[in-house]
Amino acid sequence: MIVHLSGVTKRFGERVAVDDLTLNVPAGVCFGLLGPNGAGKTTTLRMIYGVTLPTSGEVRVFGMDAARHVRAVRRRLGVTLQQNVLIETISPRANLTVFGRYHLMDGADLARRVEQLLDFLELRSHADVPVNKLSGGYQRRLAVALSLMNRPELLILDEPTTGLDPAVRLALWSRVRELRRGGTTVLLTTHYMDEAQRLCDVVAIMSAGDVIAQGAPEALIERYLARETVELDATPEEEHALLRGLEESPPRYRAGNRTMLYTDEAGPLLERIRKRPEFDDRAMVARPTNLEDVFLALTGTRLEDDP
Amino acid sequence: MNLSWRHALSVWRRNATMYRRTWRWNILPNFFEPVLYLVSLGVGLGAYITTMGGTSYIEFLAPGLVCVAAMNGASFEVTYNVYVRMNIEKAYDAMLTTPIQPVDVVAGELLWAMTRSCMYGLCFALVVAAAGLAPLPQALWVLAVIPLTGLLFSAIGLAFTLRIGTMELYSFYFTLFLTPLFLFSSVFFPLEERLSASWLWVAECLPLLHPVRLARAAFSGQPSTTLVWDVAYILGLSGALVAYATRLMQRKLTQ
Repeated sequence: MIVHLSGVTKRFGERVAVDDLTLNVPAGVCFGLLGPNGAGKTTTLRMIYGVTLPTSGEVRVFGMDAARHVRAVRRRLGVTLQQNVLIETISPRANLTVFGRYHLMDGADLARRVEQLLDFLELRSHADVPVNKLSGGYQRRLAVALSLMNRPELLILDEPTTGLDPAVRLALWSRVRELRRGGTTVLLTTHYMDEAQRLCDVVAIMSAGDVIAQGAPEALIERYLARETVELDATPEEEHALLRGLEESPPRYRAGNRTMLYTDEAGPLLERIRKRPEFDDRAMVARPTNLEDVFLALTGTRLEDDP
Repeated sequence: MNLSWRHALSVWRRNATMYRRTWRWNILPNFFEPVLYLVSLGVGLGAYITTMGGTSYIEFLAPGLVCVAAMNGASFEVTYNVYVRMNIEKAYDAMLTTPIQPVDVVAGELLWAMTRSCMYGLCFALVVAAAGLAPLPQALWVLAVIPLTGLLFSAIGLAFTLRIGTMELYSFYFTLFLTPLFLFSSVFFPLEERLSASWLWVAECLPLLHPVRLARAAFSGQPSTTLVWDVAYILGLSGALVAYATRLMQRKLTQ
């Protein structure tokens, strides 16, 4: 295991940020930590790179106690923080150089690595432009480049693509995939379920400081919901009427007047609803169930099981 | 936690990289300031003062003002600049994703503040020497006093910066702490001569008084046993404050 947390609790005064958490990240995977704001994702990451000490429990990274061997652990990992920390008045090239020195890189080795990363994150065209003149996409790519300076075995990304436009997100994802193919273990947090689904081999859904579900995205969908989703607008009463008489009522999630029904096969359910006398040609959508649905089902306000 | 000098040096180099871009403009005022002081106070006011402590007034002023320059150089760096790096730019949060530890950040920032302090102090000393006010070779001892002054005021300012929650408090630091020190630490008049014996201890409490006494002894070439106490005061207070600042930095950056 690259990262191993067992029975980890972190309290800030009265508030429990992480509650008896056990988490294992094997080598070579892309591992996603999902959860609503305040679920304890960032605190968990901070304990892994050793800037937050657990109140109790054990955090081991590369087999070492993260709290005791801070320097040795951090030599081998890279972190992209939620908010970019860049030196605004100097260029990407100068930022990379300064950051490389934090890792005690110098001379030809440092210069070579800077050039590699300018290419890898496609920053070369703007390598000598002051950071405060760069777009958000360039700035974020530079932030990721900084965390790769020391060729980390473990890359930690805290909400890597929040606020970025779709093209930049796609470009970053492809870089992350490439790193993973090259053997880097990636641990990321995200609010974007599509990001988690497309990027992660394993996801862990956190709520109130603990992992409430973990597995491959498809496996989670199958375990907690069903492969397909039927979505329609219906009040609770209308929904009740439309579904009356079904042998087995499907699991569902309601957001306002929007209802989502989860089923292994959408076809028969659609047919069934269309045949109801209450059906009034209202629009229905059938789509594959995604991680967003699982996330809502597990952390959302309610998942209604019976009509 | 063990200090890593190489990591501290990388923190120092970050600041040096930033400074190198603007040093030409930054360093010029350092030369104007001493000229203005020496002309206004030394030549202007000095015309009305026949002697001060056995020398001309301008000669009396020069060594103290070198210390003031060193004090200011360090103070600007560890107040506003460190505050911005820590709380606004979040530079230390980025450093702590690398093997750099809070103790290295403290050491790197102190080294950098001392560097700036030495630049200010040396520029001032050069002007003083060029004006023929620094009797050589004994005045060269001031080269040791400048970094000591830098260390002392870097440590004081850094501890203050780590202690406060808002930048507004710096106006107190400058107007109620540094300005009184500037005015009363025997730079402009020998404070000890104006105090009755029972109040002399107050003078000894003033941090700037000790570097000023050392610098004046260097210029006059008259060492005394008091100077041992001055050096001990500077090193002792600096050491205690650096330890305190390190603890605060540790607590602030890691929770």
